[in-house]
Amino acid sequence: MNLYELSVSEIAKKIKEKEVTIKEVLDSTFSRIEQVEGKIDGYVTLMKESAYKRADNLQEKLNIGEDIGILGGVPIAVKDNICTDGTKTTCSSRMLENFVPFYNATVIEKLNDAGAIIIGKTNMDEFAMGSSTESSYFKKTKNPWNLEKVPGGSSGGSAAVVSSDMAYAALGTDTGGSIRQPASFCSVVGLKPTYGLVSRYGVVAYASSLDQVGPLTKNVEDCALMLNVLAGHDKKDTTSANLNSKDYTRAIVNDVKGKKIGILKKFVDEGVSKDIKQAYEDSIKVLEKAGAEIIEIDLDYIKYSLPVYYIIATAEASSNLGRYDGIRFGHRAKDFKDLDDLYVKSRTEGFGEEVKRRIMLGTYVLSSGYYDAFYKRASSVRTLIIEEFKKAFEKVDTIMIPTTPNTAFKFGEKTNNPLEMYLEDIYTVPVNIAGLPGISVPAEFDSNGMPIGMQFISNAFNEEVLLQVAYSFEQNIGLNENKPKL
Amino acid sequence: MSVSKEEIYHIAKLSKLEVSENKIDDLTMKISDIVDFSNTLAQVNVDGVKPTAHILDIKNVFKKDEIEPSFDREKILQNAPEAQGGCVSVPKVVE
Repeated sequence: MNLYELSVSEIAKKIKEKEVTIKEVLDSTFSRIEQVEGKIDGYVTLMKESAYKRADNLQEKLNIGEDIGILGGVPIAVKDNICTDGTKTTCSSRMLENFVPFYNATVIEKLNDAGAIIIGKTNMDEFAMGSSTESSYFKKTKNPWNLEKVPGGSSGGSAAVVSSDMAYAALGTDTGGSIRQPASFCSVVGLKPTYGLVSRYGVVAYASSLDQVGPLTKNVEDCALMLNVLAGHDKKDTTSANLNSKDYTRAIVNDVKGKKIGILKKFVDEGVSKDIKQAYEDSIKVLEKAGAEIIEIDLDYIKYSLPVYYIIATAEASSNLGRYDGIRFGHRAKDFKDLDDLYVKSRTEGFGEEVKRRIMLGTYVLSSGYYDAFYKRASSVRTLIIEEFKKAFEKVDTIMIPTTPNTAFKFGEKTNNPLEMYLEDIYTVPVNIAGLPGISVPAEFDSNGMPIGMQFISNAFNEEVLLQVAYSFEQNIGLNENKPKL
Repeated sequence: MSVSKEEIYHIAKLSKLEVSENKIDDLTMKISDIVDFSNTLAQVNVDGVKPTAHILDIKNVFKKDEIEPSFDREKILQNAPEAQGGCVSVPKVVE
């Protein structure tokens, strides 16, 4: 077995016990990148030089007996909307093509403190707006399981590089499913933590009341390990929750006896592929056999999640993206008549079609005459969705639904019909609207060999139960071959 | 279509974006589709329901008014499209 194939916990242990040097680990990962990145196009920027420098420092510390942290020497990839001091952070947009942050996002500081080595920035849908990574200004990332298909999005680069062993784990961001959906499409684990659990400081904003950072990993245990590093209060993020820290790895226990799992059969009925419906049935049986109590529940309002999401997210985006004016940073047009023309030309040239469409939609739903009918109404339906979930969690510990209604689609298949692309997010957006944690775990493959993920949802700040059920599911589903052939 | 071309031009202006003539029909159709889809919310009775702006039960988070080290001016200006004399330079604003 090659070193790059190992999990975070396995490689961290090997490094700590000096079975391998950190340089050997980096050599292995970068040779893997050299071998397959040409096919996958998962990275926007590689950080080889700084990674080797850091490896030397960490190895020196380790050699004199210092503790180098729980991620000591482990190569990690980061989505390109998370600010890295001195390394370009582009959001896969022409607007930020040359933007070099002069500070680290809090999650980057936390990774550094835990001894991780950041090896590169991953491709994404422009400004995290999309479900296929096709809206990147730079390149199209391919799904490692079928190079003619999309990896999902918007954290498509992160999912693809973990799935193809070009990083041991990656950070993504999730506003409407952008961690879980690509994780599902690429057969890796992806966690969107509870809103407020992980700091958003230094993460380029899309929709601030929905955005959350989380890990994409090869297994559930690594996910818990990463969450231990990422979670925690940050005074630089005013929406950060101030709670006692927890050791999430304690939830890595294969036991669902007596756990109440809610299922939503009516919700998972129309518009879902036959294979995924079957995988859902199979997954229910697996958990039942492992001793979980399966409870069928009905949620009346979640069917409205998509319109609520597209109103709230675009409204917040239209405001957040107002900062790109071509003045202080970002793209500035060369030819303009006056100041107003500079704004208009810089923004029109700097943003891609999907981003412009969402800014305009957001402006529309907030504009005079439409605010009440759209934004205010959507925010009220949001309340109903939150309350409905709260009631459900009085009866069940977690809810299980598929992560997506379909497996990965072909390039260009949905780009001309944005609404059709949006419908792919139907199972993931309710979680963001209610601020809940959700995790996607590889379950099966469809008849074309494309990965299917199951999603688990729990009450806010109850990641332990989520991880325990997800881990038990992973151990019992019996997915043995989970590496794409590249 | 629920949204007119004129409205799209107006929103574009508010958004400080330009829509070219050859794209207006397509854009009007796509935005109309999404607006029509969003109109399904009209079916929901929201009488007496308080809108949610934020899922956490926190408000008015302030920090102490203390002086802290800030970022380096030169580094900040490196990202500016044009800079001069320690400032971001912009085109003439006042005629």
